[in-house]
Amino acid sequence: MPKKNLKRLDLIFKNEHDGEKVLMKTLARPAQEIVNYLIISGLKGRGGAGYPTGLKWKLASEAEGEMKYVICNADEGEPGTFKDREILSQVPNKVLVGMAVCAKIIGAHQGFIYLRGEYKFLLQQLNDVIDDFHVWTNKMGMDFRVNIFLGSGAYICGEETALFESMEGFRGEPRNKPPFPTQAGYRGMPTVINNVETLAHAFSIFKYGPEMFKDLGVQDSRGSKVFSVSGDTPIPGIYELEFGMSVQKFVEDFGDGDAKAVQVGGAAGFCVPRKKFVNTKIGYQGKLTGESLPTGGSMMIFNSSRSMYNVLHNYLDFFVEESCGQCTPCRVGTQQLLLGIEAVKKGERSSDYLNRLLDLAENMRVTAKCGLGQSVANSFSSIVENFKEEMIY
Amino acid sequence: MTETVNLVKSLADKYGRYHESLLPILQGVVQEEKYLSEEAMVEVARELDISAARVFGTASFYSFLNTKPMGEYVIRVCKTITCMMHGKNIIIQELEKNLKIRVGETSHDGKFTLLETNCLGQCHKGPAMLINDTPYTDLTLEKIRDIIQSLKKGDLVGSISNPLN
Amino acid sequence: MNRVNLNIDSIQVSVAQGTTLLNAAKELKIKIPTLCHHEDLCVAGNCRVCVVEQVGSDRLLPACATPVSEGMEIRTNSLKVRNARKTVIDLLVSEHRADCTRCFKNGNCELQQLSSEYLIGEDSYIDLVSLKEYTIDYFSPSIIKDDSKCIRCQRCVRTCDELQAIGALTVAYKGEDMKISSFFEKPMYEVICTNCGQCVNRCPTGALVEHNYIDEVWAAISNPNKHVVVQTAPAVRIALGEALGMPPGNIVTGKMVGALRRMGFNSVLDTDFTADLTIIEEGNELLQRLKSVLVDKNPDVHLPMTTSCSPGWVKYIEHMYPDYLPNLSTAKSPQQMFGALAKTYYAKKMNIEPEDMVSVSVMPCTAKKYEANRPEMHSSGYKDVDLVLTTRELAKMIQQAGIGFESLENEEFDSFMGVSSGAGVIFGATGGVMEAALRTAYEVVTGREVPFKGLNITPVRGMDEVKEATIKIEDALPEWDFLNGVELKTCIAHGLANAKIVMDKVKNGEASYHFIEIMACPGGCLGGGGQPIPTNAAIRQQRSDAIYREDTGKPIRKSHENPEIIKLYKEFLKKPLGHKSHELLHTSYTERNRY
Repeated sequence: MPKKNLKRLDLIFKNEHDGEKVLMKTLARPAQEIVNYLIISGLKGRGGAGYPTGLKWKLASEAEGEMKYVICNADEGEPGTFKDREILSQVPNKVLVGMAVCAKIIGAHQGFIYLRGEYKFLLQQLNDVIDDFHVWTNKMGMDFRVNIFLGSGAYICGEETALFESMEGFRGEPRNKPPFPTQAGYRGMPTVINNVETLAHAFSIFKYGPEMFKDLGVQDSRGSKVFSVSGDTPIPGIYELEFGMSVQKFVEDFGDGDAKAVQVGGAAGFCVPRKKFVNTKIGYQGKLTGESLPTGGSMMIFNSSRSMYNVLHNYLDFFVEESCGQCTPCRVGTQQLLLGIEAVKKGERSSDYLNRLLDLAENMRVTAKCGLGQSVANSFSSIVENFKEEMIY
Repeated sequence: MTETVNLVKSLADKYGRYHESLLPILQGVVQEEKYLSEEAMVEVARELDISAARVFGTASFYSFLNTKPMGEYVIRVCKTITCMMHGKNIIIQELEKNLKIRVGETSHDGKFTLLETNCLGQCHKGPAMLINDTPYTDLTLEKIRDIIQSLKKGDLVGSISNPLN
Repeated sequence: MNRVNLNIDSIQVSVAQGTTLLNAAKELKIKIPTLCHHEDLCVAGNCRVCVVEQVGSDRLLPACATPVSEGMEIRTNSLKVRNARKTVIDLLVSEHRADCTRCFKNGNCELQQLSSEYLIGEDSYIDLVSLKEYTIDYFSPSIIKDDSKCIRCQRCVRTCDELQAIGALTVAYKGEDMKISSFFEKPMYEVICTNCGQCVNRCPTGALVEHNYIDEVWAAISNPNKHVVVQTAPAVRIALGEALGMPPGNIVTGKMVGALRRMGFNSVLDTDFTADLTIIEEGNELLQRLKSVLVDKNPDVHLPMTTSCSPGWVKYIEHMYPDYLPNLSTAKSPQQMFGALAKTYYAKKMNIEPEDMVSVSVMPCTAKKYEANRPEMHSSGYKDVDLVLTTRELAKMIQQAGIGFESLENEEFDSFMGVSSGAGVIFGATGGVMEAALRTAYEVVTGREVPFKGLNITPVRGMDEVKEATIKIEDALPEWDFLNGVELKTCIAHGLANAKIVMDKVKNGEASYHFIEIMACPGGCLGGGGQPIPTNAAIRQQRSDAIYREDTGKPIRKSHENPEIIKLYKEFLKKPLGHKSHELLHTSYTERNRY
């Protein structure tokens, strides 16, 4: 029977019926104060990249532009992640309040939710919620509308600049940065783009103040986090936990007693082998003891019956298809990694070739244009280095 | 004017003739016609005053914007890691057996197309699949047989709260 | 302008804000390799071969796409950078059919060059080409597209979209399947491709090359029963040298003529001659149109009249603005006028049976290959121009013939259909046709030379994207007195994106021009798709300077003073726009679909 080491929290999914009131009260506060709230709270982006939310809003509020936009990134495509879907189906109002407050602060009149095509079944109910939400904002005399933009099946569109391209009617190919979205985002205008969960957390911070949030978690990783738990677990699902837990504690709570590895952060994240469970903590890259891993919340558990070669093969298959294809390291590199491990497995290339592939992955990490190509090395290297014999035999 | 031309025109009227309308219009065509024919893409290009190649280039980027004919029911089985771990291969086999088509094919009567797709965001309830826009999760062989049978009979596709789930 | 201070390879430098790291390094004479970058195009940052290291930063930066910032410390040649570049090049080679020895671009391929510089070695990645299905599109008479050699830098797509506003090419699919494609992957000849070849000129590898006819031309030359006539376009002579190892801006007319004779062409003639002829026909057509519109108020005659000598432009207007085909001058291009005359007038004069004649042209252009194949181009009763070579193909043939080009003596064109005026020469530069036409038309109307010092109509010259010039006509000869006081409004555009700007203005009634010159390629023919690679802004300027030098050096500067032209009308054509002219020198156009 799994233990219950970890405190289960209920900030995000707690049904709050005072969305309208929270919005009105927050809008009545000076913009500067709200931004400070966010900064004090230590809230960082929950999509995985971990940019401080308060700072993002501040930069966009200071940027010049004839139009500004707030976009909620609901293109949740990372394998093993499904929390945003649950947040949008259970507490969409929190997300909308977060967007509206952001709009007020930066001076935006238009917001979008970029909803991945795979979640089209949520469209009707979300539109109904948005209609009700517009009634509130109209009552408050707020000039702000939210529309849903539906994706069409492309993982890369979760990358913020690829998402803009997609919304503008182009292929979802990430842009060069700088400029960053707060300077030039959707249609070249200053844009705040936040993950679904980030906006929902913002709601809690507006309602309960920054201290409550700041008191959760550790050092650079404050607050709670919604985790999507899947794989070899008796209790797959969505759990809100504190940042800073060790993988060991996590596995004790969620594993099936035979966990040999945990993939933290999806295919783009890191694979933690059993021997590193104790020393690996979950949080943004900070000053935690041992290794600290950032995550958009995907936690996939593999037990000893699983072939880590098959796991890696599946990830690489995914990247080979979902790379946008524009930059060399990602387009060609992903194919070479996939074919490379196949060739080693079949004995067509010697096991030394794995070192060449590790070197390739490292080069992809430093040269690829966007987060997708850069992060392929995370899973590749952590799996190949920790499970080398499974790659060869 | 053909149906397709009218459809594209009405979608362009609805979403506006802007670059930003391209995806919504293409999605609207796929919704009605299951795929983007050459004729449809040309019409979209004409309405938005952009090149036909650009429409094709954009459409072919997105895996839900089919550029080849599709059946009435497009079945997309998730092939990503946790669904794979939980037996998506036998689910596929069962589907192939029931539909008498292979992955990537459309049945002769034009009713079913069977595809694999990347992560559907249902990892805790794998194996999972989409039939058109509706997710089906925690799939078993028995469930597959029931779903296909009811679709063949012409029953409406159930929603996520369908008792089949 | 704000300056930004940074340090590149331990050298302190101060550059204007907004400068890219690539250009900042260039100022220090530090070369950073590039592939997807082309100065005519927007920044892509795709290939990642230009990465550099910023001290203190883990990830490398693409030099082409990263603006400088204050205090940056950049390393362009660290171990990390070299390894990364080598990896990128190696990856590109693994998806490229590196069949170098058989490739048209062998020796002029940027990927080949980089592989050699970075010594990618024998230890290769897995060959991806053999795992994929590739098709080679060789159906177009102008361009061959071989996807197996494509490295997906998207230069061609940006060229087709931005520079030319055509959109025949696109990036399609994603991930491993991502490729450069056309609408529904149709062959290029079935889509809206204008054959301008600007993509060919910018392709770093052999994925896009001209359809070459070198072997066919050699075969004709070697055939004792054939009389092979060659014509060379104005812009070839000022660029050919580049493809044979000489610096840009050299005028190599005399050497080129010598080389063509040594190669075995029976008649070495000049397209400039028919450029002069085009001016006479097109200039008279303009005057006639002005009369029809201004005096006769004929509703069936259309103004503005646009030039028709650029086959890329002709195909563009056929696709994009078919309503404006009546505005296109009916005068054929110099190449096709030449072809029609070669197998009629010239053949008769030289006592050659036209069926025994092979008419070859050397053009700075890939669209000319298509033009020669248009079904209407059979005015002589035969195919008027049989084979079209680009400047690059001619250079290749000169090399094959073992001719020491630089040491050749200057020779003159054959005396018949070989004499030209300076006006014919400047056809090769943007604004040149306009200037040549004005030199003649103004004089026809007023009896006086154009009122510009040294006949140099400078307002129509230069590389501005769209140029406008107005000439007021005063003291016209009695026959033309309806033009007295008329301000003749002209407009010149080069590059099809600029053509689009002008045509949209015309379409929307925002401009009231009388005469518009449009060249499909940036800079005019001197920047043509068949010109030596590389072609860029600096090189175009040098070629342009050479063209105007050639004009100034000519004893005759006006088309209507070309003695061979005068003779041609006297002996054969009788009068401009006459019966013979209509039969041989004018054409019609075809409305085509935009989609």
